[in-house]
Amino acid sequence: MIDFEFHQATALDHAFSLLADYGDDARLMSGGTALVLQMKQRFSQPGHVIGLRRIPGLDAIEETEDGNIRIGGLCTQRQVENHPLVSERLPLVAGAYRHVATPRIRNMATVGGGLAHGDPNQDPPPSLIALGASIVLSSANGGQRIVPAEELFVDYFETDVRPGEIITGLVVPPAPNGAGTAYLKFLPRTADDYATVSVAAVVTPDGLGNCGDIRIVLGSVGLTPIRATAAEDALRGQPLTDEAIREAAATVQDAVDPLDDHRGSAEYKREMAEVFTRRAVRQAMTNAGMV
Amino acid sequence: MVQRINLKVNGENRQVEAPARRLLVDLLRYDLGLTGTKEGCSVGVCGACTVLVDGEMVASCITLAAAVEGSEVTTIEGLAEDGRLHPVQQAFIDYGGFQCGICTPGQVMAAKALLDENPQPTEEEVRDWMMGNLCRCTGYYKILESVVAAMSPAASHEGGDGN
Ligand SMILES: Cc1cc2nc3c(=O)[nH]c(=O)nc-3n(C[C@H](O)[C@H](O)[C@H](O)COP(=O)(O)OP(=O)(O)OC[C@H]3O[C@@H](n4cnc5c(N)ncnc54)[C@H](O)[C@@H]3O)c2cc1C
Ligand code: FES
Ligand code: FES
Repeated sequence: MIDFEFHQATALDHAFSLLADYGDDARLMSGGTALVLQMKQRFSQPGHVIGLRRIPGLDAIEETEDGNIRIGGLCTQRQVENHPLVSERLPLVAGAYRHVATPRIRNMATVGGGLAHGDPNQDPPPSLIALGASIVLSSANGGQRIVPAEELFVDYFETDVRPGEIITGLVVPPAPNGAGTAYLKFLPRTADDYATVSVAAVVTPDGLGNCGDIRIVLGSVGLTPIRATAAEDALRGQPLTDEAIREAAATVQDAVDPLDDHRGSAEYKREMAEVFTRRAVRQAMTNAGMV
Repeated sequence: MVQRINLKVNGENRQVEAPARRLLVDLLRYDLGLTGTKEGCSVGVCGACTVLVDGEMVASCITLAAAVEGSEVTTIEGLAEDGRLHPVQQAFIDYGGFQCGICTPGQVMAAKALLDENPQPTEEEVRDWMMGNLCRCTGYYKILESVVAAMSPAASHEGGDGN
């Protein structure tokens, strides 16, 4: 592996001053599950690595005054999946984190590190986007920026986290009253693999049993997670008949832009994106008690 | 740059001078001579390098030793007490939970981490947890039986230790 200096930040301000000292030559490290691999493979060659895990106070999970759930940036992914507030109020999010790799990786990997990694094959982002979550980015001298999860992922392994910023939190609103949610991860190879295609869906029935609102977000089928807005528009306000779902899901093939890789050809993933969109919508409807 | 790394390994304070890039698996094996921990894939997938850091199971092949400075590390060498094997180790012997043995230290550490956290897991929970520990000899059913057997306190007394 490359040579570098390691600095253990002991407070948020300490981390910001280390970032100011080393600028472009520094990389932040939380769980290290992504960064250490990137350094081993020489994709990343920083002169300085700033460890964040010893910063106190960033690993709480609590309900905010307006009923959202706030998750500290340094929470491990296992902490999230196992926390009662998350399993009760955000079952979609608990389930999505539970799909990440293995318990050992989830013990190490953090919420903030996972979001900043920006790999379109990751499990949590589609569900976070579908629920309308926001990311809290902190910077020196008390600076703070709140970015919707939907806008965080700008390109392949590229996020809107700016130099000098640290992800300190994630705020997730529970699904609307009466809504049903689902996250499906298509794993044709092994149970601990990244998805070939993944789909998160949130379906909110209106008073008449039609679709009041719907969010569909796909992972592993493009350079970033992809929101299937055409399919959403086709279903919003409509009765969710099999035919309507079938037609709407077919539009997903045009929304995605998958890469050929060992998890499937682009063509195969495109088809599976349609199939799994259909299934995710039906699963969310079932969970909403609509069928 | 070389730095001093302090760790409490299997209850003993150890100090090692190593560059920041030193991985925990290498520090254990090469600096401390604790070769019980194995390295398989080197990329966090196989579980062979599993150790506990402050009680939590981690993949030591993707853990920087400097990042866990000051922590308590438990390796396979730290499980037996006064020459008596840990119940999980004994169960792996009694139930044939290994063939070549390369994956075994990782399997045993992972199983111990599970039982420490959840002393009576269902078989489903055991499968789910142990999914991340690969075995090329593919003795998965025997491994599962061993972990399930280790749950009962009797496991440590059944055969194997000459009784
Ligand atoms: C074997 C293996 C299998 C995996 N399988 C899956 C899978 O199935 N599904 C899935 O979703 N993911 C999977 N992952 C990826 C995993 O989700 C990421 O590695 C993990 O989320 C990164 O979190 P971390 O805390 O370890 O980040 P780190 O490695 O510490 O950091 C990742 C990136 O974020 C930056 N960073 C870290 N913390 C912060 C912060 N607080 N603010 C701003 N920037 C920060 C770092 O500089 C780095 O660029 C897998 C990883 C491994 C090793
Ligand atoms: S050697 Fe560490 S997980 Fe395979
Ligand atoms: S016993 Fe040989 S690899 Fe598992």
